[in-house]
Amino acid sequence: MEPFVKLEGLVAPLDRANVDTDAIIPKQFLKSIKRSGFGPNAFDEWRYLDQGEPGVDNSKRPINPDFVLNQSRYQGASVLLTRENFGCGSSREHAPWALEDYGFKVIVAPSFADIFFNNCFKNGMLPIVLSADVVDGLFNQVAATEGYKLNVDLGAQTITTPTGEVHSFEVDAFRKHCLLNGLDDIGLTMQQQDKIKAFELNHQQTQPWLFN
Amino acid sequence: MAKTLYDKLFDSHVVTEENGTALIYIDRHLVHEVTSPQAFEGLRLAGRKPWRISSIVATADHNTPTNGWDKGLSGIADPVARLQIETLSDNIREFGAKAYFPFMDSRQGIVHVVGPEQGATLPGMTVVCGDSHTSTHGAFGALAHGIGTSEVEHVMATQCLVQKKSKTMQVVVNGTLEKGVTAKDVALAIIGKTGTAGGNGYAIEFAGSVIRNMSMEGRMTLCNMAIEAGARAGIVAVDDTTINYVKGRPFSPKAEQWDAAVAYWNTLHSDEGAKFDAIVTLDAEEIQPQVTWGTSPEMVVGIDGKVPSLEMAKNEVQRGDWERAYAYMGLTPNTPISDIQIDKVFIGSCTNSRIEDLRAAAAIAKGKHIAPNVKLALVVPGSGLVKAQAEQEGLDKIFTEAGFEWREPGCSMCLAMNADRLASGERCASTSNRNFEGRQGQGGRTHLVSPEMAAAAAVAGHFVDVRQFV
Ligand code: SF4
Repeated sequence: MEPFVKLEGLVAPLDRANVDTDAIIPKQFLKSIKRSGFGPNAFDEWRYLDQGEPGVDNSKRPINPDFVLNQSRYQGASVLLTRENFGCGSSREHAPWALEDYGFKVIVAPSFADIFFNNCFKNGMLPIVLSADVVDGLFNQVAATEGYKLNVDLGAQTITTPTGEVHSFEVDAFRKHCLLNGLDDIGLTMQQQDKIKAFELNHQQTQPWLFN
Repeated sequence: MAKTLYDKLFDSHVVTEENGTALIYIDRHLVHEVTSPQAFEGLRLAGRKPWRISSIVATADHNTPTNGWDKGLSGIADPVARLQIETLSDNIREFGAKAYFPFMDSRQGIVHVVGPEQGATLPGMTVVCGDSHTSTHGAFGALAHGIGTSEVEHVMATQCLVQKKSKTMQVVVNGTLEKGVTAKDVALAIIGKTGTAGGNGYAIEFAGSVIRNMSMEGRMTLCNMAIEAGARAGIVAVDDTTINYVKGRPFSPKAEQWDAAVAYWNTLHSDEGAKFDAIVTLDAEEIQPQVTWGTSPEMVVGIDGKVPSLEMAKNEVQRGDWERAYAYMGLTPNTPISDIQIDKVFIGSCTNSRIEDLRAAAAIAKGKHIAPNVKLALVVPGSGLVKAQAEQEGLDKIFTEAGFEWREPGCSMCLAMNADRLASGERCASTSNRNFEGRQGQGGRTHLVSPEMAAAAAVAGHFVDVRQFV
């Protein structure tokens, strides 16, 4: 996994609460047995005017000009600003895969759904929780300023606006460590093999029916 | 110290813990075709093997067609879907599993129906699956939650999950439900109260006399919907209902192990005086049959209610959500729910496709016929075994005589990955769990209800209070 340390990125606003994973990546794309290539279908139903199917050339499809991410000023955005409970719904990791493939590295919202939040970290993305008021302020600033960028520093746990306002955010120490160093969870857990084996042996003695 | 059930389950599976992040041991890993291929591929690339093959139970459900089974695999018109189903078979062949119920096996079905039915879900277990509705299995006093594909790979490779302890919420429902008011209505009423984000960061334990009196099927419906309240896990304490359900299933403990297992399972409840971080209470008497009107399960009202008007929204963000929902659903504020006409009906999904659900729906449909404006009414049993049981009881006849289609098991129109779906603008009474935009087909409009309410709506052609039928 690529480490995540710092990022200065263009911000795209998605002014909706409860954006669900069906909206982030519709189910017809979940049939893929690959992990990549979901970016062109991120937010498919909002982004295009026709119905998307796997295997179709997305560059030839009619674009929905009203959808915010299609506006020219937000092209190349790597920070997604959105509202509460982002990523609710299914556990599909295709959702963070699609957002990452689209180009987003950071998502800022007042709250996230648990599984989605977790899935982001596994893919080198940083979901950041800021208070609803701060998020509201950021929405206003983004709307008012073309080319609005945020500076994200994971080490310092801060977001800095173009005018120099600094907002700190919380991040779990373990997840931060993994992200900063691009560490793969499986490799880390395998270092604990002996403990897992010892636990398993004991578990099997006390609840043998679990191992039938 | 008095412990909650969640604490007991979590603590008894901790392998190691550091700064609040624990490695917890996983007893059961349920696998299906959609969220596993990339995980198996990851194992292959890293040269890893599953840690404990006997923990893996797999089936194909999301993509499988619900008709045309006489043509076998070649009957799956969509080559991408077919490849995914075949890939699961290939992966299980290569890596192994305790049990695999492939497409068209007599025991195939929705993973959350199959697990409990086989006794592959047991009290006290940690259960994971690359599917958010894994919360269903919490009905057995198990700690069960959905995981992403990276975690599927992680569990396969290490038998463990990196996990932080959740906060605990107790949802207490006391009293007696009216006839015609079901576990689904309780679940929707809870979500109506807490909101879809209300359970974020929590594990919910459902308690109270209503839950104690509920069948396992009902408890599964309730725990299934915990994720729609934002909670990764829902749990119910073990009691005789649990133990009686588990007894004699193919993978349940036998003979000499049974008594020891039951003795342990009987400790799986929250201790007297255990502290929860949050408590929500509902009165059974106040719960009506529920119908969602919008594009999130929290947009829900009783059958006597109306589509709410904007003045009732609690803030600007919700006003925006509601305005979009009116437009998407093609509804205007203050429309009485019982005036809403429907085009299709779907009875199925891991929420409501078990035998009890089908019996309840059949009881309403019996001797009646679907309304002329209902273009399609689908009944999709949760598994091959549920289907066989229903056929033995003659439920299939009741449904087909009433104009319903009787299909093969699978997820079907719950998420419309296969050919069963809504066309744009079509309105559906559905017993599934999500009414998100496009969930049942692009532009499709979903109203979540109980099986009884779905059957009643099919007969009436619009939503109707099922209490007048029972
Ligand atoms: S029935 Fe629906 S919610 Fe349940 S596992 Fe299948 S797709 Fe998911």
